Amino acid sequence: MTTEILRLPRPVTGSRSGPLRDALPVGVVVLALIALWYGLAVWLNAAQVIDRFANNDTAWTVRELVDATWSMERPVLPAPHQVAQNFYETVFDTAVSSKRSLVFHAGVTLSATLLGFLMGAVLGIALAVGIVHLAVLDRSLLPWIIASQTIPILAIAPMVVVVLGNLGFEGLLPKAIISMYLCFFPITIGVVKGLRAPDPLQLDLMRTYNATPTQTFWKLRLPTATPFLFASLKVAIATSLVGAIVGELPTGAQAGLGARLLSGSYYGQTVQIWSALVMASLIGVLLVFLVGAVERGVGRAMGAAR
Amino acid sequence: MSAIDPIPTPASGSAGADIAPDAVVARNLSLIYPAADKPVVALSDIDLTIRRGEFVSFIGPSGCGKTTLMRVVADLATPTSGSITVNGVSPHAARLSRAYGYVFQAPALYAWRNVQRNVMLPLEIMGLPVAERRSRAARYLDMVGLGGFERKFPWQLSGGMQQRVSIARALAFEPDLLLMDEPFGALDEITRDHLNEQLLQLWNRTGKTVIFVTHSISEAVYLSTRIVVMSPRPGRILEIIDSPLPPQRPLDIRETPAFLEVAHRVRVALRAGHSYDD
Amino acid sequence: MSRLRPTATVAALLLATGLVAPAGWWTDGAAAALALIALAAVVTGLVWRGSTVTDHGLAALAVLAGAVAPLLLLRGEGPFGAEAPGLWIYVAGWLLFLWSRLDALAHLPDSTTARVLAPVLFGLALLYLWQVLTIGFGVPQVLLPSPAQVGTALTKRFDVLWLDFQQTFFKSVLSGYVIGCGAGLVVAVIADRFGFLARGLLPVCTLAGAVPIVGIAPIMVMWFGFDWQSKAAVVVVVTFFPMLVNALAGLRSADAMQRDLMHSYAAGHWQTLLKLRLPTALPFIFNALKINSTLAMISAIVAEFFGSPILGLGFRISAEVARLNVDVVWGAIAIAAVAGSLFYGVIAAVERMLTFWHPSYRT
Repeated sequence: MTTEILRLPRPVTGSRSGPLRDALPVGVVVLALIALWYGLAVWLNAAQVIDRFANNDTAWTVRELVDATWSMERPVLPAPHQVAQNFYETVFDTAVSSKRSLVFHAGVTLSATLLGFLMGAVLGIALAVGIVHLAVLDRSLLPWIIASQTIPILAIAPMVVVVLGNLGFEGLLPKAIISMYLCFFPITIGVVKGLRAPDPLQLDLMRTYNATPTQTFWKLRLPTATPFLFASLKVAIATSLVGAIVGELPTGAQAGLGARLLSGSYYGQTVQIWSALVMASLIGVLLVFLVGAVERGVGRAMGAAR
Repeated sequence: MSAIDPIPTPASGSAGADIAPDAVVARNLSLIYPAADKPVVALSDIDLTIRRGEFVSFIGPSGCGKTTLMRVVADLATPTSGSITVNGVSPHAARLSRAYGYVFQAPALYAWRNVQRNVMLPLEIMGLPVAERRSRAARYLDMVGLGGFERKFPWQLSGGMQQRVSIARALAFEPDLLLMDEPFGALDEITRDHLNEQLLQLWNRTGKTVIFVTHSISEAVYLSTRIVVMSPRPGRILEIIDSPLPPQRPLDIRETPAFLEVAHRVRVALRAGHSYDD
Repeated sequence: MSRLRPTATVAALLLATGLVAPAGWWTDGAAAALALIALAAVVTGLVWRGSTVTDHGLAALAVLAGAVAPLLLLRGEGPFGAEAPGLWIYVAGWLLFLWSRLDALAHLPDSTTARVLAPVLFGLALLYLWQVLTIGFGVPQVLLPSPAQVGTALTKRFDVLWLDFQQTFFKSVLSGYVIGCGAGLVVAVIADRFGFLARGLLPVCTLAGAVPIVGIAPIMVMWFGFDWQSKAAVVVVVTFFPMLVNALAGLRSADAMQRDLMHSYAAGHWQTLLKLRLPTALPFIFNALKINSTLAMISAIVAEFFGSPILGLGFRISAEVARLNVDVVWGAIAIAAVAGSLFYGVIAAVERMLTFWHPSYRT
């Protein structure tokens, strides 16, 4: 059972062979998606616009209809340029200290994400080292960690926030704890898998040198585990962001991207929701990219190819 | 100009069979892989005729283009210049008419199919009726000595048995031409001897044309009626050696002076190819 | 055996100390008797070298009796918590003894019994510790209910929670999961046919893995209303990308030689797809199905936080949290956990059946 689930995906990271070679197809796909988005905006918003025209008794052309669907106050689906405009205004034209600044909200979420990620990484790696070196933990704890991958742990988020709130912890910490809680699982499992990745011949070699477990750990197991560690760190940091955002939902928090989503949905401010989503996506991509950059740096230091 | 040459059909010897075209005819065949720094000449100016029923081995050091030449015959690679026909038509047409069976370096069996269904794979693709598929699978598995293993999965068999399954799979759709690319290269010598002997008996019994790529001199001499010695950079044919050995060859023929003589000629030819490279 | 002795000896000392230290053991005859039996069993196991069977028997007796004694004691008036150090020293001794037995279990030759028993005992011990600590220290139910309280809430509110489960699982999760995974697979097959599309989609969809897609929940609620359709829509979007990325990678994982083989048979694109590439992709597809089973549950529950009819596990969790009925919340979480594990387990079982040939399952 254990080994079966440990056959984790070595995460599919896009083709690294030729970033330029894929630029054209990626560009076409992105353009197609944007075009689709504009089309959907017309289709989804048309009913409301036509109603409004009918109420005002104005005759309308298709041209006017399309223009109107792309510039509504509270559209069902805002057009990309509306989202971009709102994003630009709330990021660059609003004082960072203001509650209307998207940078402010992003900062709140980002700090919870990073703190949670840090705690999760420390906990996850410590657990993994324990599991690899202590047979008891391997037999008794690892199955539970694996099983907990299959349960919707995020459901616990509202309770953590409320319970910690009752204990007097508010703001950053409860969210960071949810993030930590979500992201230590993939790290533990990835690192356990990595620490066990050295092939038997390499382990036998260390044995012929009469190396201590500590020496084997630093000189063989850890270097072998590095790719696995980074693969799971990438998953974990994305999960950590989800945890921070969801952690902002239940208390009706005033700050953070999750709060932006929630207040947007209360007041029907679709443009606000979309620009918060764009911000969240940008942060997610950026964080994963940063972990990837560290990975490449470490890889280069360790003499990996490329 | 060579491309428009009429296809020469020597078809010597066999009387009345001259309607049937030769198995492979290559004229001035070249294949150059474009590369950033320096293009790689995989095949240079190959001239070769393989008659029906022959057992021809390509031998040479790695990089001499023996596998590439075989892949050109199989339409898995396209020559840059020159002409080639397989059974009198282009390799592409030959492939579409399922003219040859290909045996790779590794068994390349499908792990999710049992032995019988692996052998039936080409028959399914070619749309044969189920009963016919079954009987052929049984027949050819018997022929390679694997009757009774139908229900086993590939990973439950030894390497030698897996390679025999892949030979049965190549034979199952009864092609005239068998292309074998170092099929026994990954096996231990004892298994290899055994399979060589079986392959030779199979060839005697079925009269198929076999093209066989190897880098073992004794394997090439033991099996072949003709040995094509090739050399790398650029890949070309150094010498074609006819074997005087009889068709019936017990394993201990390898200790006879006649055998050693042919092996010696092959070795000398190979050495000649090597001398100015390294 | 000898390597266990230090731990077990310390455990015995702790148990003895716990019995002597103030905890009110002697007010409850049954508790005291069981605690003494446990101590006796541990000591006998240490001193007397019996057969393996008697050794295991004594250990089981020590663990069981040792576990029940504090529970009996805790039925009494108290005072407990910090005022009953004997109780906690005793529990620590019991834990240490259990640890030594788990360690022995872990060093036994690999067997199904050992593989199942160790985590089960460990899990039960955690639950037990949770129970003893919450009761013993009088943790308010609002903070952390004891497992027994959760169990009571679960049985008392089971009919409501069962309806919640049906709403969330059968309506939102399953429908969204089937549509999302299906669509991902179909798009992967199409993209695989046209290399240009695959090269364009793969980086974009891999990027989607870094994006908190659950965030679209409020939008879906606006589009599809409060009922299950909006949750299913979120699940569709969330499950689509992992399936697409994995299936596409899987379809391309067939090795060159096997593709050459199909080429040599002059097999068409669809024949190659059916006979070679789909079977090779199967482990990848199941990988996505397993990832998605958890993702689907999470997304449906989180989407319900954004508004739902008065049904659904996510709704129940957020509503009962607000009313500080934390025991019901834990009950809902327990149901979600069991459902998630079963969902995953079923998919893993089907995978085992269909990809029995894969190196990780071969026997």
